[in-house]
Amino acid sequence: MDQDIKITVIDRNGVSHVIDAPIDMAMNLMEVIRTYELATEGTIGTCGGMAMCASCQCYILSNHRLPEKQDDEEAMLSEAFYVKENSRLGCQIQINPEIEGLKIEIAPES
Amino acid sequence: MITTDILIIGAGPTGLFAVFEAGLLKLKCHLIDALPQIGGQCSEIYPKKPIYDIPGFPEILAGELTDNLMEQCQQFQPGFTLGERAETIEKHADGTFIVTTNKGTKHQASVVAIAGGLGSFEPRKPPISNISDFEDRGVEYIIKDPEIYRNKSIVIAGGGDSALDWSIFLSKIASKVTLIHRRNEFRGALDSVEKVQELKNKGLVNLVTPAEVTSIIGHKHVTGVTVKKSLDSDEEFNLMCDHFIPLFGLSPKLGPIANWGLNIEKNAIKVNNSLDYQTNIPGVFAIGDVNTYPGKLKLILCGFHEATLMCQAAYRIINPGKKYILKYTTVSGIDGFDGTRKEAPKAVVKKIE
Repeated sequence: MDQDIKITVIDRNGVSHVIDAPIDMAMNLMEVIRTYELATEGTIGTCGGMAMCASCQCYILSNHRLPEKQDDEEAMLSEAFYVKENSRLGCQIQINPEIEGLKIEIAPES
Repeated sequence: MITTDILIIGAGPTGLFAVFEAGLLKLKCHLIDALPQIGGQCSEIYPKKPIYDIPGFPEILAGELTDNLMEQCQQFQPGFTLGERAETIEKHADGTFIVTTNKGTKHQASVVAIAGGLGSFEPRKPPISNISDFEDRGVEYIIKDPEIYRNKSIVIAGGGDSALDWSIFLSKIASKVTLIHRRNEFRGALDSVEKVQELKNKGLVNLVTPAEVTSIIGHKHVTGVTVKKSLDSDEEFNLMCDHFIPLFGLSPKLGPIANWGLNIEKNAIKVNNSLDYQTNIPGVFAIGDVNTYPGKLKLILCGFHEATLMCQAAYRIINPGKKYILKYTTVSGIDGFDGTRKEAPKAVVKKIE
């Protein structure tokens, strides 16, 4: 399983899941969460991953260094609710070996 | 009462294409959409973004696709009830359905096709603890009648196009307009951003950034809001106003359709995909992103296919027992309900001497 990394996702009910995320599928974090159905379909990834809806907002709980936010992610987060210092949009975080062990919590639905 | 053959709920790409396919079968359509404009997500969320998987279009902007679909179906004269949300459905003894909107508009049709995408777009309400106490008492999420703001003091919150555009518009009629946003950058059309800058320089729009509204002040009606300056400090101040208008965009919710007695799984309507995309209620179909079946893909191109098969089934319901043969548009041309005709030019037959 060298094509997978481990990610811990705390769902909107507070339940923690350790999942295998493939690094060879050009997936982002939002898509992985949807694949594992850790958030109800229709409540996450509304815009499909264009950083235009914030339905995939997550809080980053581990100390990984993630790529800087692009302008559109920054702009969307500035209009989203329940935003914290460690908020990111799941759709803007690519699954790659550098984020092995990432721990995140899905932000409330809004 | 609006009467039609197929009542389509949702005026996105799938619903618009259904009008065309229905028209080829001489069936008339009427569309209901909660948004004030057609196009669904394509016009509400990403009108200026390109789509690369529409067959025959290597690249097309979502807004352009909407315009093209409207142009393609317009000779079939679809009716529209826009800015209203389909609320209830009832079946009459004669087999027709009556669908009533939140504003009480009634529609009667033999067939109902739900092409509702991810649901109807509802305003996103900021999580301010006492905000619900003031809804329609000075808090409005959607501006319906700008006149109520004449000579009033207004606070708008948000950082996108609608916050900018309404700040510009209301600065002409309101006594005072304050625009509050969590950061200094706004995401909107460049000329809107520049216009607000100009209004700010002239003192016609009071810009408060970075800041956010944390609570609402008032007894029975809004008299002001509490504003927190920047996210880092706890410094707060009160701002007197008559209206607070949070404009944070819209998010889709399945809404009242969820209570129509349809089989719903994961926020989508289960349909028979081996036949005609009919739901568990005979005569009610679900097409496009709103439906689900084994192997479902939420793609516009799949919605087009589903719309086409739905129209065939609708034809059989509306014209029971009538013989039908598939016609190709290239062969038969298109006869619009408006009297227009489109057809392939006749081949030129000429002798070469």
